[in-house]
Amino acid sequence: MLLYFVFVLGIGFALKRFMKTSKDFFQAGRALPAWICGLAFISANLGAQEVIGMGASGAKYGIATSHFYWIGAIPAMIFVGVFMMPFYYGSKARSVPEFLRLRFDEKTRGYNACSFAVMTVFSSGISMYAMARLIQTLHIFDSLFIRLNLPVGWVFHFAIFLSAIIVLGYIFLGGLTSAIYNEVLQFFLIVAGFLPLVWVGLKNVGGWSGLKATLPAAYTHSWRGMTNPHANPLGVEWFGLSMGLGFVLSFGYWCTDFLVIQTAMATDTEESARRVPLIAAIPKMFFPFLVILPGLIAIATPAITQHAMTQAPAVSASSNATADVGGSAEITKGLIPAKVNPVTGKVMTDEKGNPLFDYDLAIPNMLLHYFPTGILGLGLTALLASFMSGMAGNVTAFNTVWTYDLYQSYIHKNASDAHYLKVGRWTTVGGILLSIGAAYAATSFNNIMDTLQLVFSFVNAPLFATFLLGMFWKRTTGHGAFTGLVTGTVAAVLHHGLTLPTDAHPGIHGGWITVLHHYPSEMAQNFWTAIWAFSTNFVVTVIISLMTKPRPEPELVGLVYSLTPKPVEHNMQWYARPKVIALGLIVMLVALNLIFK
Amino acid sequence: MNLDLRIPMGLLFTLVGAIMSIYGFFTRGSAIYERSDGMNINLSWGLIMLVFGVIMYTLGRRSDKRPRAAQVEGTTRPLGHGHGGH
Repeated sequence: MLLYFVFVLGIGFALKRFMKTSKDFFQAGRALPAWICGLAFISANLGAQEVIGMGASGAKYGIATSHFYWIGAIPAMIFVGVFMMPFYYGSKARSVPEFLRLRFDEKTRGYNACSFAVMTVFSSGISMYAMARLIQTLHIFDSLFIRLNLPVGWVFHFAIFLSAIIVLGYIFLGGLTSAIYNEVLQFFLIVAGFLPLVWVGLKNVGGWSGLKATLPAAYTHSWRGMTNPHANPLGVEWFGLSMGLGFVLSFGYWCTDFLVIQTAMATDTEESARRVPLIAAIPKMFFPFLVILPGLIAIATPAITQHAMTQAPAVSASSNATADVGGSAEITKGLIPAKVNPVTGKVMTDEKGNPLFDYDLAIPNMLLHYFPTGILGLGLTALLASFMSGMAGNVTAFNTVWTYDLYQSYIHKNASDAHYLKVGRWTTVGGILLSIGAAYAATSFNNIMDTLQLVFSFVNAPLFATFLLGMFWKRTTGHGAFTGLVTGTVAAVLHHGLTLPTDAHPGIHGGWITVLHHYPSEMAQNFWTAIWAFSTNFVVTVIISLMTKPRPEPELVGLVYSLTPKPVEHNMQWYARPKVIALGLIVMLVALNLIFK
Repeated sequence: MNLDLRIPMGLLFTLVGAIMSIYGFFTRGSAIYERSDGMNINLSWGLIMLVFGVIMYTLGRRSDKRPRAAQVEGTTRPLGHGHGGH
């Protein structure tokens, strides 16, 4: 583990001498090869929510979680690579908000830049907090602290500052290049740490067929019961799934979030930039096996200390099977412990009195259960690497957006390049300090993070409609885009306030205005919130655009699809053309969906 | 930019792989492998990582050497080749 930290900082130092201009620092000089950026593209997203969250959903919902990849992320990545990247890269915009200014106007950019900057700081804070909590829960450094005669309670602070200093160190020195290099390194580490986990775990439960025999059918078939929201673990029907998750949420994230787009924009040519998301899609396609499968294995694994639960839990995730053992003190499902209220020490329950499970511990517990000393160190390092990679991406994105879109545009215009480089460096420090603040805010107010994430989802949900209209309809105006974005967010807030997932208390989960509609699951509610926000934004943007004066066409060349010359692909080898790669990816995608249907 | 990522990455994986396989070699048949279903996962996975690390390092060194013979040190040149995913 120590070795890893040394290497991480070493890369920062090695790259320091190349950081001469702000372009080097913020955009990696636009000179990185496509495969590196491609891996960084998915690694930037492979943070805390991804590894822990996907494992948790795997345990909670089964293989249907792979929809996040197979109908969510991958089609979106193909779309951004084939259609949208030429505009991002070709417009010479240095960030996504800057593209919005070129296409629309200053207010749209300001709105997007501010909400994005706040969001990145809090996301990296959440990452930090989650990591520190995990280190504390797993007692990784406890023996070290006891040996040094320090109170064990300091482990939490130690973890936060350690991660902050490491991430700060390599970004401060090497900027985006260093962040990207480290993201790739972390990518390989994560694969190296989790692949043997799947290997050993699968062997233990008797391979894929053994897993199928142990778990109810809905867990191993991703499309079963999709015609009726009550017949599958996700609680969503196929329309809500493909529109909400597939179209609105995933496209919104992968096509507009600067966190991932920044890595593609760091490549040397437009062709490489287009290839980045496509290259990224290949490993991404197999990620479910790496992060979701451990979650599945976790619930299929017979816990050693337990004999009551060695039989497979019956049908539904939370209700039937666990109700029988509800009285016993230790309730687990496979390797997953019940959620315990930290204050009272009692098992937390939902509205019907069923215990809630702490699915977030699925992957960490898998590591502890299956790995002997030695490789356990590797596995834990991989886990920590995933947290840092998420943090780093957020911090560099924050840097760029703050320096270019807020500082350079509103605070200090026309300064020298060296000045902005300096600002960028110190923004890293500021961004990380703010993240630490956010991490501690999460410690003292349990709900603040949930609330904030909710607010971000409101802001983000309608975003994709703006980009879609902006890039493909030349009539779209700045006023239209801005009004659409704001009303889309309002629609998301209203929808959330008026609906409630079953089994939840009104409040943070929705229904805080009044409950008009019940969704079978929280996920269904999220998807439909996104659909409403997107549609409202779309309609409002079109109406306002038709009422306002469009910009003259010559100004929009390079920004709108119909006015931009199509990128030439003939000089490339046939297998290197984005469209060919995209087609191959789609074929593989359909095959995967059929195998696991 | 003239640092080929494959070199540090190869080094890291070679080192970690070596440590793990040596550790695995000396703990053969130890009780710790009951967790991993009787498999000596340290040895087998350590070797896989070692091989991966060496391949990465060699690839990185090779593409690093070739242009250096033709070019003077200090000129900018593209890093690696954009060939496919790994």
